[in-house]
Amino acid sequence: MTTLADPHKESFKLSMLLNDTRYRSLTFQFIALVAIIAAMAFIGGNLVRNLAEAGLNISYDFLGAQAGYDINQRLISYDSQDTHGRAAIVGLLNTLIVAFLGCITATVIGVVAGVLRLSPNWLVRKIMSFYVEIFRNVPVLIWILIIFSIMINATPAPRAFRGDNATASMWFFDSVAVTNRGVYLPKPIWGTGSMLVVGVFIASIIGIFLFRRYARKQLFDHGKMVPTLWPTIGLFFVPAILAQLVMGSPISLDYPELKGFNFTGGAQIRGSLIALWFALAIYTGAFIAENVRAGILAISKGQTEAAGALGLRPGRIMNLVVLPQALRIIIPPLISQYLNITKNSSLAIAVGYMDLTGTLGGITLLQTGRAIEAVLLLMMFYLIISLSISFIMNIYNNSMKLKER
Amino acid sequence: MKKSVFLGALTVAGIIAGGASAATLDEVKARGKLNCGVTTGVPGFAEPDASGVWQGFDVAVCRAVAAAVLGDGNAVEFVPTTGKTRFTALASGEIDLLARNTTWTFSRDVDLKFEFTGVNYYDGQGFMVPTELGVASAKDLDGATVCIQTGTTTELNLADFFRSNNISYEPVPIETGAEAVQQYIAGACDVYTTDASALAAQRANFEDPSAHVLLPEIVSKEPLGPLVRHGDNEWADIARWTLNALITAEELGVTSVNLEELSAGTENPEVNRLLGTEGELGSMLGLDAGWAKAALGVAGNYGEIFEKNIGAATPIGLARGLNAQWTDGGLIYSPPFR
Repeated sequence: MTTLADPHKESFKLSMLLNDTRYRSLTFQFIALVAIIAAMAFIGGNLVRNLAEAGLNISYDFLGAQAGYDINQRLISYDSQDTHGRAAIVGLLNTLIVAFLGCITATVIGVVAGVLRLSPNWLVRKIMSFYVEIFRNVPVLIWILIIFSIMINATPAPRAFRGDNATASMWFFDSVAVTNRGVYLPKPIWGTGSMLVVGVFIASIIGIFLFRRYARKQLFDHGKMVPTLWPTIGLFFVPAILAQLVMGSPISLDYPELKGFNFTGGAQIRGSLIALWFALAIYTGAFIAENVRAGILAISKGQTEAAGALGLRPGRIMNLVVLPQALRIIIPPLISQYLNITKNSSLAIAVGYMDLTGTLGGITLLQTGRAIEAVLLLMMFYLIISLSISFIMNIYNNSMKLKER
Repeated sequence: MKKSVFLGALTVAGIIAGGASAATLDEVKARGKLNCGVTTGVPGFAEPDASGVWQGFDVAVCRAVAAAVLGDGNAVEFVPTTGKTRFTALASGEIDLLARNTTWTFSRDVDLKFEFTGVNYYDGQGFMVPTELGVASAKDLDGATVCIQTGTTTELNLADFFRSNNISYEPVPIETGAEAVQQYIAGACDVYTTDASALAAQRANFEDPSAHVLLPEIVSKEPLGPLVRHGDNEWADIARWTLNALITAEELGVTSVNLEELSAGTENPEVNRLLGTEGELGSMLGLDAGWAKAALGVAGNYGEIFEKNIGAATPIGLARGLNAQWTDGGLIYSPPFR
């Protein structure tokens, strides 16, 4: 028996890059990479050269120039004397508002509709599938326009509230006005000492949590059911109202009032925001409903039956057994629906809502003519928003994921 | 991420690369059609009629240029553009000429690299309100909600006007004129503001035009005119002098009725030069001697075009006002043909 000889040391040959399967895939990946970089360099060089030929350049100086236009909905102070950069920030905040409201509302609508699509009740099931099919099969822009035009035509104009024979009136003891320019609500005015009332309110919310934890501990340790509903409601309202009365009403309300052309005072939720928010929520809600339905159907029927055998009621089976497991399947597609809402919110200009696309990608772009710069910046903003949403939702997904040991 | 940025840049690069070519005249001749950018529909200025044929004051400019270059006023491809898309369409070479109620401003001329070839309508921004509001002046509009088309000089003028008068307003930005009218009619805004000519045109289409008034204030200068890209001066000359030919023809009394008769030769040397029976003006432009005659043959001179499309006898009912010939006290004035 011979001793095992050292394996013959192969010397590397150039042909091995193609013939040897160990290197071949690397070779092709490298070629592809070089080709992509070359193509990009060509396109980029072409862009710069053509711009130079047309006498244009890439410059972001316009962000510091005076914008000159007004924006109706603004979270931060802004007027026409401010810069294009600030106008873009105002637009960005408006995008974030509608995306945030849209995501929450769409989730609520979607979960309810998805669960009800599996209802044993024939009518409820059919109504929900009708909702899902109608809403997800018509483009969202059409929904935005339909909802907006119904809103402006079905609700009264502010001038209908005027005069002795007014054709419209305010709701809830003259505190809320629903007009075709939006909804006007009373606005809280924070007087001196109002922080104390807010503090009491926050403390009572913490109290509610502590109480519920105590009740749960009682149930688990001693099998005693402590009633939670009424104490919770009581804790929520009573201390804050007492504090408000004791302090001599530091928080007062500013009611909307018809003055001149419009309601003044109070807080206005503009019709454009409502229409966009509602349209995005109800459209995306239909997609989320299908995700939820798929998630629930993926949970084995044995789980439901086992829970039923333990004596759980249908509502509890859904909340305690099925939904928590279904959530693992629902969350990943839910992330892309959230991204869709954010991106679809760029249709805002259809109803005159000044979002990022309306300010930076709209008026600023047109007034300055800096199309390339504005569009690149716009892409960057949307990318950052979308990646942040995905990042946060992925953290949530990881925490909900089945932990394997 | 890098990829999407570059794809976006690629699109834009493509658009700009298309705009770099120079000899628009040769291109138009080779194509046999003039690509002309117009509005998406403003009654009287540019709108397809019942049989789908584009009609209007701006459309007439397109047809005149097409007739001057190609000898046929119908050899035009009309490209409807919005306030947002018009400049990209022109810069990219998608259209050869933009005749679309576009205000001649410094930044559009200089910074956006366009060449305005004259003014075919002197306009100004006005306000329209329902008569029942009882508003007599734009200065009474404190707190009003104002419908406004985005992407125009209108929103800047509006901001300036309200700021300089120290009154407040709520702007409602809207993409197209049609949507603005819809919101205005529904009462979602109190005021609709845009160029006074467009207001008059829109009002003519309302169910009850008398229920709306135009306020007396004109808050801006809006010289509207056709424009072309920077860098092709021959093409710009053709567009400029075609418009001037229409204007000069009115001044000299050349109309669609007497065009044939006058083009046989007249006593007036300027008419002869205009109509090509004398001098070499046509060949200087790189066109036939009868270029101006062809342009005038489509719809007559400036005055005829005005009266037919937007004049006092039409539903739009605009008076000549500033747009009368300089000899009648207006601003319409053409440099001499010599």
